[in-house]
Amino acid sequence: MSQAEGLKELRGPSPLWSFGLLRSELLTTFRRWRTLALLGVLAAVPVLVGIAVRIETSDGSSFGGGGPGGGGGGGEGPAFIAQISNNGLFLVFTALAATLPFFLPMAIGVVAGDAIAGEASAGTLRYLLVAPAGRTRLLLTKYATVIAFCLAATLVVAVTALAVGALLFPVGDLTTISGTRITYAEGLGRALLIALVVAASLVGVAALGLFVSTLTGSGIAAMATTVGLLITVQILDQIPQLDALQPYFFSHYWLSFADLMREPVYWDDLVKNLGLQALYAAVFGSAAWARFTAKDITA
Amino acid sequence: MGEPSATEPGQGSAEGVEGAEDAVIATRALTKRYRGGQLAVDGLDLTVPAGSVFGFLGPNGSGKTTTIRMLMGLIEPTSGTARVLGRPMPRAARAVLPQVGALIEGPALYGFLSGRDNLLRYDAADPTADPRTRRDRVAAALDRVGLAAAAGKKAKAYSLGMKQRLGLAAALLQPRRLLVLDEPTNGLDPQGMREIRALVRELASDGTTVFLSSHLLDEIEQVCTHAAVMAHGRLITQGAVADLAAGARGRLVVTTPDAGEAARVLKEQGAGDVVVAEDRVTAEPPEGDPADLNAALVAAGVRVRGFGVERASLEDAFVALTGEGFDVAG
Repeated sequence: MSQAEGLKELRGPSPLWSFGLLRSELLTTFRRWRTLALLGVLAAVPVLVGIAVRIETSDGSSFGGGGPGGGGGGGEGPAFIAQISNNGLFLVFTALAATLPFFLPMAIGVVAGDAIAGEASAGTLRYLLVAPAGRTRLLLTKYATVIAFCLAATLVVAVTALAVGALLFPVGDLTTISGTRITYAEGLGRALLIALVVAASLVGVAALGLFVSTLTGSGIAAMATTVGLLITVQILDQIPQLDALQPYFFSHYWLSFADLMREPVYWDDLVKNLGLQALYAAVFGSAAWARFTAKDITA
Repeated sequence: MGEPSATEPGQGSAEGVEGAEDAVIATRALTKRYRGGQLAVDGLDLTVPAGSVFGFLGPNGSGKTTTIRMLMGLIEPTSGTARVLGRPMPRAARAVLPQVGALIEGPALYGFLSGRDNLLRYDAADPTADPRTRRDRVAAALDRVGLAAAAGKKAKAYSLGMKQRLGLAAALLQPRRLLVLDEPTNGLDPQGMREIRALVRELASDGTTVFLSSHLLDEIEQVCTHAAVMAHGRLITQGAVADLAAGARGRLVVTTPDAGEAARVLKEQGAGDVVVAEDRVTAEPPEGDPADLNAALVAAGVRVRGFGVERASLEDAFVALTGEGFDVAG
């Protein structure tokens, strides 16, 4: 509905003008020091992991001696870490596995939590709405921007890991979890696919954060609540007594992206993960919309 | 919500202007009760004529800002209706608000953006604003409020007065039919205040209706053609400023070294509310010719240095209407 309404205007504005807000929102978000700092922290993770593995293996010993089936990380460290010294491309998978449980969703929580509440606490929300941005249009724009940030954050991790991996370790054909060999080019393709799946895994947290953001007039409170919820869910997901509930936690299938490194790809958990993220986006997106469009803006 | 207006409400008639006469803002029994039960605005019937500079007066906490927020579609009324530019709010917000410039409860800016980028962002938020003319319109708005030189500076480095000007510039990004300015001279120095007043007059002479809220009575008196007074969420009066001030009677002022004697004589002659301040005695004039009063003073041996009736100010009108001072509502 957001674009159609502009059409009845006297001066006949182009429906495309509606996207000016999205452009402005993207520019504003990615020009903030806070956003750049978050991306910087995320970029530091693969660098640190890469250097650590390099130091660990510099005496010639291989890290944990990862055989073809060692994709699970052997109980020590994140998935794929054992293979990094054999092939730098595995640093991409390791870095994503290391940042997905906490660093990535925390960064998303900060950006999503601040989306509406930050504007409210700065007072800029009332001017956007009087402009008039339109509540539905503003909310959609905010959500699109958070999704863009999910993608950017994931790609920052993946690209840094790719560069560091190529710099510190040999690259070449690689072995999948199932033991088959694939070419480096195909490996790169899988890495890109995995990055996209990881970004999509964050869609649920993004919707949750946006909903929390419509509940309060304080950006800090919204960010803290979202990150708090994230930690709580991660802890509950570890408690065996709650296994009946766990399939509904947004983080439950996150690490299923590793299944993309099987030959053939094992889709079950991947599909469950994406379906769950879509469910979260629908439920909390609707809740955010219902809340935001009916809210009295007094800040 | 009921639509008490005679015209067809909503979709059908795009030009529902006839029904609302030529009022730019018309509210009927507009009421807002906050969730805590506090009645912020109580049955407001406000009519702002087109082309007027309308002063919206009231102490802090009297419901001015809540009213403005309802008019701008930020707050849903509990009951009653509000029409802005002849269309119902908040339902017609998409069509109405691009023609309205607003400064609500002080400016709000992105501190990490420059003044120019702040305006570019607010302009981008309006889906009816042409992006091809955006930069020019932003430059013109900055120029109009005297901020052209500071346009590239980060907004967090702005002084309060500069922020206020930038907020005004945001309201002037497009030609507007209505400007809603909530306390526009807050934080400005006397020179800045004078510039804003000049700007308001200039905009009004171009045909823009200006709705100006303030707690500064003399400010309203200087620029406004019409005014409304609110207290405790209720509208006390509205009308042309000249009529409002005329409603209150002027005060008698006698300057004399014999202040005590003068006060006694004035009371004797039937003057009320006699106040003595050093060599100045003021009072409510009694009925009759002031010349007789002067004669009585002179006859009593009072050495009169000055004698006259001061024109009633809006403040006198306000005090006469509310029976109280201009303090924060309890």
